[in-house]
Amino acid sequence: MSHVNLIDVENLTMRFGGLTALDELNMSVREGEILGLLGPNGSGKTTFFNVMTGLYKATSGRISYAGENVIGKTPQAIYRSGVARTFQRSRLSLSLTVFDNIVIGDYQHMQHGLLFNLLRRKAFRAEYEQYVEKVRDLLRIFSPPLMDRLFEPVETFTMIDRRRIEVCRALMSQPRLLLLDEPSAGMTHDETDELMQDILQVRGKMSQLSVVLIEHEMNVIERVTERCVVLNYGRKIAEGTYAEITADADVQTAYLGEAA
Amino acid sequence: MSLTVAAVAMTLYVWMFLHAESQAAVAVLVVLAASAVFASRKLGATRVMAAAVAQRPGLARALSLAGALVLIAAFHDSHFVLLMLCAVLLYATACLGLTVQFGYSGVANFAGAAFFGIGSYATAIMAAHTQIPHVLVIVLSGLIAAVIGSVLITPVLRTRGHYAALVTIAFGILFKTFIEVNDVLGGPQGLQVPGMKLFGVSLNDGIEIPGVEISFYVPYVLLSLLVFGLVYALVSALERSWVGLSMDVVRTDETAASTFGLHIARWKVVAFTTGNFFAGIAGSLYGMISGFVAPNNFTFSDSLLMLSIVILGGLGNIAGLIPAALIVLVLPEKLQFIQEYRFLLFAAMVIVILLFRPQGLLPRKTRIFFREEAPK
Repeated sequence: MSHVNLIDVENLTMRFGGLTALDELNMSVREGEILGLLGPNGSGKTTFFNVMTGLYKATSGRISYAGENVIGKTPQAIYRSGVARTFQRSRLSLSLTVFDNIVIGDYQHMQHGLLFNLLRRKAFRAEYEQYVEKVRDLLRIFSPPLMDRLFEPVETFTMIDRRRIEVCRALMSQPRLLLLDEPSAGMTHDETDELMQDILQVRGKMSQLSVVLIEHEMNVIERVTERCVVLNYGRKIAEGTYAEITADADVQTAYLGEAA
Repeated sequence: MSLTVAAVAMTLYVWMFLHAESQAAVAVLVVLAASAVFASRKLGATRVMAAAVAQRPGLARALSLAGALVLIAAFHDSHFVLLMLCAVLLYATACLGLTVQFGYSGVANFAGAAFFGIGSYATAIMAAHTQIPHVLVIVLSGLIAAVIGSVLITPVLRTRGHYAALVTIAFGILFKTFIEVNDVLGGPQGLQVPGMKLFGVSLNDGIEIPGVEISFYVPYVLLSLLVFGLVYALVSALERSWVGLSMDVVRTDETAASTFGLHIARWKVVAFTTGNFFAGIAGSLYGMISGFVAPNNFTFSDSLLMLSIVILGGLGNIAGLIPAALIVLVLPEKLQFIQEYRFLLFAAMVIVILLFRPQGLLPRKTRIFFREEAPK
């Protein structure tokens, strides 16, 4: 495995008024790895995702992604540079179909000119049919049963299917970096296992893909990740393999409290 | 087959409705319609119909067109009914624009009548003082409405939800007041609009067929039908395209939309401008038909009337606009005694709709881009 860093986070600080969500954070993500991002509630994991995707603008510090500083770029520009994510609370358009929700993930490559869409219907249809194939291909590896329900609204689906749809939307653009924000939230053990299996399978087919995974389920972290970073109060308190971080005294304190 | 029967029944019903003179007859027809809708829903006929329309959209469109033509032929000598049909078609055209704004991209526009009015006034001036061919005048009026609307873009984009709505309300009132105090534009008395000339033929002259009396409104209704049809086709293509999809995603979740590269502002601007363009076109033709524009035709209540058509028809479902426009525009003309209370009644109706059937009379359908891909 190469040790080229895809992301270098340097002294990243994010303050909301008096609250410091990220406090001089330093960490890195290597090209092609699956990195687990851990920490108690409120330790700044999701805030890091929001800064990384341009939804929040960091107070200070920098994130260099593929050699360029991400801070100050719009979410749109960051998306175009190959970053895709899922959300902790699923953010799908519930009234729209599975196809609609997944295909929008590849917005950057669609032709969205008004004249093309309204007047050149034949050309549009050709492009549309390519996209139907693309979405089907993605679902074939990810969740074949969804292929038959491509044109049903997302609101009729179960939680696990919605998660899958969200992951497919993120993968649709063939990103270099995939940020998964607690994909197991609200799912049973078996469902989580199934979802992780799918994610691992997809990643096997995209060797270029780096993944950052926020997760509370320790057995998921153990099975899936190659390296972990643990945050507490917006700082990195530990880094290493699963075995290393679980043995770390600081991590145990953060999760379980001071020894009496 | 069931579609054809339904089309004939509906055409016949609208014919009777437009024909009815006495208050009792109108009341009976209203009750009849209400019970028919209720019964067909209970018996499952509504579902059968919806499936039939979904299966053969081409036939459904052809039948609607045929029904409209039959109605125009049936009322070929009645100025009043034809004028009313023009109003229904052109208000529905403006509402197609409002649907793009409100239904797809979520920008509420409470100044629909103002943009309709800008179209009318632009036409009044261009048709009276320039030699521009009238077909071009209509398109230009739409463009002028869109350009003037772009003044509002910055405040609408900077504000959200209710506040954006307030901006448009303010603009609507501003527009009416501006026209009222502006003597160049005729002040409160308004302006005359010359009748339309189409390829050198003045439509006000009417068509002469010996032995048959034909209202000069007939060509105007046909033209209104054509304009409505064209805009309908455009909006329907827009919905089933990446543009419609992008607008829907922007409306439902702006955060997710920007994470996937959608420029929120861009899509709102596209929707707002396109919608105002359609409203302007409709207003332009309406001005030429009524021969007269005055500020009082474009008040805030008229904007509300348009929005109630959009909501009553089913927000985002353009097929519901014509029935909704018929109810909102024609019913008060027929039921004279509610005339005075019509805004009261509409307000009550909108509240009732929002309470009990927020998706409108004909709720929007799930998007299917092209029919073949539909689930079997």
